[in-house]
Amino acid sequence: MPPRSTSPAPAPAPEQVTTPTPENAPPSAVPAGRTRTGDVTVRSEREQKKVVRRGFRHVAKAVREQPGMFTLAVLGSSLYGAMTVASAYVIGGITERLVLPSFERGSVTAGALWLATLAILGVAVLKIVGIIGRRLFAGIMSFRLQAEYRRRVTGQYLRLPLSWHQRHPTGQLLSNANSDVEASWFFVAPLPFACGAIVMVVITVVALFLTDPLLAVVGLVVFPLVFLANAVYSQVMSPRMARAQQLRAEVSEIAHESFDAALVVKTLGREAAETERFGVRADELRDGLVAVGRVRGLFDPMMEALPNLGTLAVLLVGADQVATGSTNAGDLVSIAYLFTLLALPIRAIGWVLADLPRALAGYDRVAPVLAAEGETPHGPDAAAGGPTGAGVGVRAVDFGHTDADGRTNRVLHGVTFDVEAGRTVAVVGPTGSGKSTLAGLLVRLVDPHSGEVLLDGVDVRSLREGEVSTQAAFVAQGTFLFDDTVRGNITLGADIGDDEVHAALRVAAAEDFVDRLPEGLDTRVGERGASLSGGQRQRLALARAVVRRPRLLVMDDATSAVDPSVEARILDALRSTDQPATVVVVAYRQATISLADEVVWIDRGRLVARGSHAELLAQVPGYARLVQAYQPPDAVTAAEPEPAGAQA
Amino acid sequence: MTAVAEPATGLTERPTETATATLRRGLRMMPEFRRGLPATFALALLATAGRVVVPIAVQQTLDRGLGAAGGPDIPLVRELVAVCALVVLVTAVAVYRMNVRLFRTTETALANLRVRAFRHVHDLSVLHQQGERRGNLVSRVTSDVDQLSVFMQWGGVLGLVSLGQLVVATVVMAVYSWQLTLLVLVCFIPLGFAVKWFAKRLAAVYGVVRERVGDVLAAVGESVVGAPTVRAYGIRGRTAARIDAAIDRHYRASVQAQKTTAGVYVSGEFVAAVANAAVVVVGVLLGIGGQISAGTLIAFLFLVTLFVAPVQTASEVLNEAQNAVAGFRRVLDVLDTEPDVQDPVDGRALPEGPLGVRFSHVVFRYAPGARPALDDVDLEIAPRTRVAVVGETGSGKTTFAKLLTRLMDPSSGRVLVGGVPLAEIAFASLRERVVMVPQDGFLFDASVADNVRYGKPGMTDAHVAAAFDELGLGDWVEGLTDGVATAVGQRGESLSAGERQLVAVARAYVADPDLLVLDEATSAVDPATEARLTRALDTLTSGRTTITIAHRLSTAERADEVLVVDAGRVVQRGTHAELVDAPGVYAGLHASWRRSSGAARTPA
Repeated sequence: MPPRSTSPAPAPAPEQVTTPTPENAPPSAVPAGRTRTGDVTVRSEREQKKVVRRGFRHVAKAVREQPGMFTLAVLGSSLYGAMTVASAYVIGGITERLVLPSFERGSVTAGALWLATLAILGVAVLKIVGIIGRRLFAGIMSFRLQAEYRRRVTGQYLRLPLSWHQRHPTGQLLSNANSDVEASWFFVAPLPFACGAIVMVVITVVALFLTDPLLAVVGLVVFPLVFLANAVYSQVMSPRMARAQQLRAEVSEIAHESFDAALVVKTLGREAAETERFGVRADELRDGLVAVGRVRGLFDPMMEALPNLGTLAVLLVGADQVATGSTNAGDLVSIAYLFTLLALPIRAIGWVLADLPRALAGYDRVAPVLAAEGETPHGPDAAAGGPTGAGVGVRAVDFGHTDADGRTNRVLHGVTFDVEAGRTVAVVGPTGSGKSTLAGLLVRLVDPHSGEVLLDGVDVRSLREGEVSTQAAFVAQGTFLFDDTVRGNITLGADIGDDEVHAALRVAAAEDFVDRLPEGLDTRVGERGASLSGGQRQRLALARAVVRRPRLLVMDDATSAVDPSVEARILDALRSTDQPATVVVVAYRQATISLADEVVWIDRGRLVARGSHAELLAQVPGYARLVQAYQPPDAVTAAEPEPAGAQA
Repeated sequence: MTAVAEPATGLTERPTETATATLRRGLRMMPEFRRGLPATFALALLATAGRVVVPIAVQQTLDRGLGAAGGPDIPLVRELVAVCALVVLVTAVAVYRMNVRLFRTTETALANLRVRAFRHVHDLSVLHQQGERRGNLVSRVTSDVDQLSVFMQWGGVLGLVSLGQLVVATVVMAVYSWQLTLLVLVCFIPLGFAVKWFAKRLAAVYGVVRERVGDVLAAVGESVVGAPTVRAYGIRGRTAARIDAAIDRHYRASVQAQKTTAGVYVSGEFVAAVANAAVVVVGVLLGIGGQISAGTLIAFLFLVTLFVAPVQTASEVLNEAQNAVAGFRRVLDVLDTEPDVQDPVDGRALPEGPLGVRFSHVVFRYAPGARPALDDVDLEIAPRTRVAVVGETGSGKTTFAKLLTRLMDPSSGRVLVGGVPLAEIAFASLRERVVMVPQDGFLFDASVADNVRYGKPGMTDAHVAAAFDELGLGDWVEGLTDGVATAVGQRGESLSAGERQLVAVARAYVADPDLLVLDEATSAVDPATEARLTRALDTLTSGRTTITIAHRLSTAERADEVLVVDAGRVVQRGTHAELVDAPGVYAGLHASWRRSSGAARTPA
């Protein structure tokens, strides 16, 4: 297992790190002295005090986003609340006016029975209307919020630059879009119910005041106690929830990475070690969830006991009142009944408050994604276009990868060169010299730290969004296919006829195997093209580029698994016209290089030499060594002793 | 998804299994779930009793205390209230204790389940692993288990107590009036059927919801993993549309599920009202007939609510359970999928020393009835030889490597290493002595050194650096920002594809195997570095057996022996010198390779 001590903790919201205390860091199997990522989420004392206030702001946000659904749900909930109170009075009324008199008289009229039945059923039907309104609209509200935030989060994923993606684990991003968004808005489902419960509580208090002021005081003691208990609960729960949510994400990250690495794990027989690595986090998560459960397990019976104790208090006080004659027994029965009925809605308030810490924990993980800056800025200009190949300019370009610690690992240093329209240039260099980065810069996958990349003489950063891809096509080293049909993977939704798709497949030497697929162009290729071999995937990726008839084609060692003749065909297809496309190709093969008009030699991030293949062969020993590595030993005289890169 | 080259052999799915069957299956697999259960049940019983006793005590207080003949009996009321308060507190404590016990048991059981499922995914063969969507496998050890945990923290307790409450309430009701009790039960019979029907519907709609979650994850995963492609082709809009469509379908499925749950709850409410009305009408009629007293009827009306509330709660818990059970089933399906490549019981260790390989009439098909990917391969590779396997893309080279390292088992025939059939070799011995480097050698988000010592924990950074020196890669390492301590980033993406391969080769090298299999392990490395690396490996691994699959035929030129694979068969074998001039597949491959790598075409 690669120890994670060197990899920085995925930082959620900027938070202060506090020393773990027994309270906020449940004892677990984590060895002392090791950085535990969960600690990052432990909030400072001051932060914790704000949980309730932040919670209410979060609730307000939910209401602001979905006011219509919220109103409907609260109306339904209020109707339900009112009808719950009404049902208590109906039972009371039936006792007083039907049961007791008819038992005394020994007779009853059918009308009275019908009336009682209608009253019970009538209230029930209204209650049902209320329930449907509450449940359905609250559900819709919650799901809409979830859907909306998923759209926003994934919208950010698509908008944010690749450098941002490289700093965030796939597992974390998936968990942000899924479980964190769900956690953020889960509390919304019982929210209208809780609001309706508040209506009920108010009605009850008013009813209490009307019946007996002294009983009202009892009610006024019990309800604030309920809210107080909830507030305390939120405070205690919040850090535990945040930690559990964080651990959930970490468990997901490990699972993701480990399953991604399945083949390596298997070939090195590291299943047990991986399970151990996963197990440590799973156990921490278990401890975290037990810590959550312990609080919840205490809170739940408390919330249940409080209304019961309230009922008893009402009885105690009420009995005196009945004895002194200031209240009658029937009213006391109604009130006692009301108190028992209130138990459920009061719990609904509890549910919302109980879920708020989890919601905040989830939202705290979603918010940084939504707030992330670094969107690739786009200018107002349209690409020049035109029938010829595109001119490419690279001017004093510096580039580096910035890791999560903020340290920059420089990859390119002041690279400058031009490619005239219609020319084919091969970029050649040793492994790790920066070729792929350079290729990515040309099609604006990343922006240079300094310097500029020009397309037809215009800085690509001043072009409108999507303009670069109308002019240029890029075939990456690792091919990526969508879980879509063959056709969908080639057209990518563009309006391209099957004839053209077939023509492109023919150029990429993919037509034969596509024809043999069970459903031809309509065959789904599976996740990441899992049902195809590496060579087949690469051919589809090439066809995808060719079919667009790009003015600039950038290929990053994208033909390693295909025959050189295929490569030649592709270049021929793009160059055989009067106005040929510009091609930049990263390659090692001499056959590929020899197709180029010019070669750019990159070593350790610097452009060391450029010229024709023959010129470089003659002048640059490192270049000769690299491209002639496969020549029979007797032909390679200069290359033997020293390691490559020494000449830089 | 139709299988083409490597068909999907998914997990054992049982979508139609009933909830109870799933639970039974689950309990069988989670024995720790049952530990301490008697005590928990005792507490649950106590909690249940408390829940019923409190309202009854309240009722008694009203009846006997306040409604006593000759005015309220205040001392009795006080006594009763005091007793009630005690019962309430005892109940609360019992519930607390029960909750904590239950949470601890379930979370422990679920954590173990999670870890076992995780391990099992790794134990599945590569065919199974590839047959499932990655996100799908991950969700089985994450969100599906989380679903269960969330449900248990909420519904488990509630369901348990509600059921107990239901039984106790029925008994108490029967004590008051058996006629009315019967009436209530009759009223609730239709609800029983309704719940059963709804449960089936809910299982279906929640099944759809869980599936849609998988779709959303897959779509989001594409946008994250395929980020460069999305940007390069300017298809942000299209990708967003695909994700939004998945989100939308998930939303619609969720609303549909919500409608169904509302239906369940509403029918419970309606039945409760009908029962109430029936009790009033029948109760009054019975009372007039002198069969029950007014007090009994009033008490009974109170009791009905005690019956109704747990019915509603229980039916709701049952519904929510469908969602959790759907997740549970998905986790159990992982555990129930038999790995088709298993570590043999009492497996043998490989003999000491260099290892030879023997393929005995090996046939491999990715799916029954499919064209064989390898067809009747019968050959022997002597120990200490360096063998190159060459052939066109899709000819069966990788299949050969996977069978050789027992990532898959042959459809027929057998593979022997060191004279021992692969199927009899303990994994521990096999993986230690036989190591394969795949083309895409995945790197973990850690340092270069951490990745190299992955197969050999305990190596120091200095040893790792020395290993790179031995492989002729010292220069490359020195060029990194922090040498071997350089962080490689997510999936190693801070390094180039070629650099990742260098790390992967070093990782296999330090694992010190006796049989090393390289499957296009250096395809993205520049030729000069590759040549240097392979020369170093040749020296370092002399005395071991190496089998190299390569499309760069420079490997074949240097190998002791070349195996030429074509359409699943070994069509030629011999040394490069023997084969290169003989007519056949190899001569063609070699000529083509020479053309592409040599300076056959000079630029104009």
